[in-house]
Amino acid sequence: MPKRDLISIDDLSRADVELLLDTAESFLPVLERDIKKVPTLRGRTIVNLFWEASTRTSSSFDLAAKRLSADTLSLKASGSAVEKGETLKDTAITLSAYSPDIIVMRHPSAGACQTLSANTEASVINAGDGKHQHPTQCLLDLFSMRQNLGRDLDGLKVFIIGDILHSRVARSDIMGFQMLGMEVTLVGPPTLMPRGIEEMGVKVEYDLANLKDADVIYLLRIQKERIKAGANFLPSLREYSQLWGVSQVRLRPGQRVMHPGPINRGVEIASDIADDDENLIAHQVFSGLAVRMAILYRTIVGYSDGAASGEVL
Amino acid sequence: MPGPRPANEVVVLTAEQIPRTITRIAHEILEKNPGDASLAVVGIHTRGAFLGDRIHELLCGVGGRPYDKGALDISFYRDDVAARGAVGVIPSTPQPIVKDTDLPFSIDGATIVLVDDVLYTGRTIRAAIDALFDYGRPAAVQLAVLVDRGHRELPIRPDYVGKNLPTAPKERISVRLEECDGKDEVVLVRSKEA
Repeated sequence: MPKRDLISIDDLSRADVELLLDTAESFLPVLERDIKKVPTLRGRTIVNLFWEASTRTSSSFDLAAKRLSADTLSLKASGSAVEKGETLKDTAITLSAYSPDIIVMRHPSAGACQTLSANTEASVINAGDGKHQHPTQCLLDLFSMRQNLGRDLDGLKVFIIGDILHSRVARSDIMGFQMLGMEVTLVGPPTLMPRGIEEMGVKVEYDLANLKDADVIYLLRIQKERIKAGANFLPSLREYSQLWGVSQVRLRPGQRVMHPGPINRGVEIASDIADDDENLIAHQVFSGLAVRMAILYRTIVGYSDGAASGEVL
Repeated sequence: MPGPRPANEVVVLTAEQIPRTITRIAHEILEKNPGDASLAVVGIHTRGAFLGDRIHELLCGVGGRPYDKGALDISFYRDDVAARGAVGVIPSTPQPIVKDTDLPFSIDGATIVLVDDVLYTGRTIRAAIDALFDYGRPAAVQLAVLVDRGHRELPIRPDYVGKNLPTAPKERISVRLEECDGKDEVVLVRSKEA
């Protein structure tokens, strides 16, 4: 079986995505029982390389691997040879000496995962590369939607609001949401809207006038760096919050709010929504574990569901 | 209607024989575990779960108690999770979609009757026992199978057997059940090149 990477959502077909979501669902009972571990990937080695800060992605990948009984090795940029100037290629060659089955990597540069993949026998899973892609976030978003809004996401209207320009989450989500038949509208200040993004088949709006049309409101984090002098993206966080921040008064009943975290209270999301049980934010974190277990599992066992084979041992 | 039966298929248990065989197994279970209120039936997905349901219904009817029942999916416990670099050593089989493991009762101290359709190498049962023990510590585990076709690769022995059926390794046993295949029958499928 040739190795299989997950670098971008378009590495997956719709059938692959649905298989991953079904597989993630089958891990839920495991996560509810007393012994929250299965022996499936016993003896496999999974390396987590996080060249950028991360709490939920790195912790959920680590725990997912452990729940599947794999051995994990977690490396961060600080304190590693990267600080001494080792190139990604050399890091890949070094780590490959341990024959890992999967390398999960977050990296500040788009395309870093391809470089890694070219230099290792291990399957590479992208845990976020620069402004390019964050496919596992998209899959867990889809999982949360399916668990809370019903299995059929076809025709659902999603508004993705915020800093689209710098967001790898948005790039993965646009592709994944559309793959499952959702209609995606992007909203944000013109300075943070990538030029030509309409070519991805999305609607682009610059204010919240049509927010009532959304079934799901997906908020992106506004990073403080965007208001630094000289950045020229936003005059102030307060202005952003007044024009694009979402609070309870802007919602109609039934609309569900999502956010990849970490949230900025009072900027893109008001506290009344952040603290409301109706939002899916906590569920997204919960989904991360089951979905990442499914991704690790399928990367190793393959994406064929074997329904037709009916093999008996 | 389906066409004529393929020439390489031989019926070994008919739609009339299967319910009778299951009834006999249910009686044997009660005979072996007299008055055991902790008796519970756990079927192994997919067909073992349907057979487990049928056995459970008979046990409750004949034994006059509401015995517990559950279903087990062993996919995450299989020993053939495709191994890279081991091609040819461990056959790579597609890993199926996992069905729900559903054990809506405490298995601690219970007498568990595992139910499967075909007993062959014993690897499925090994996986099922491992899975079961992640849920608790049963007092005893017994095994009921509709067909025992031989060729064990592990020291596993069934307690209740519907039919002993010596087979060649190239042959296949196909258990079909009303619940998922539309009819009850067990057929022996001879390999075409043999």
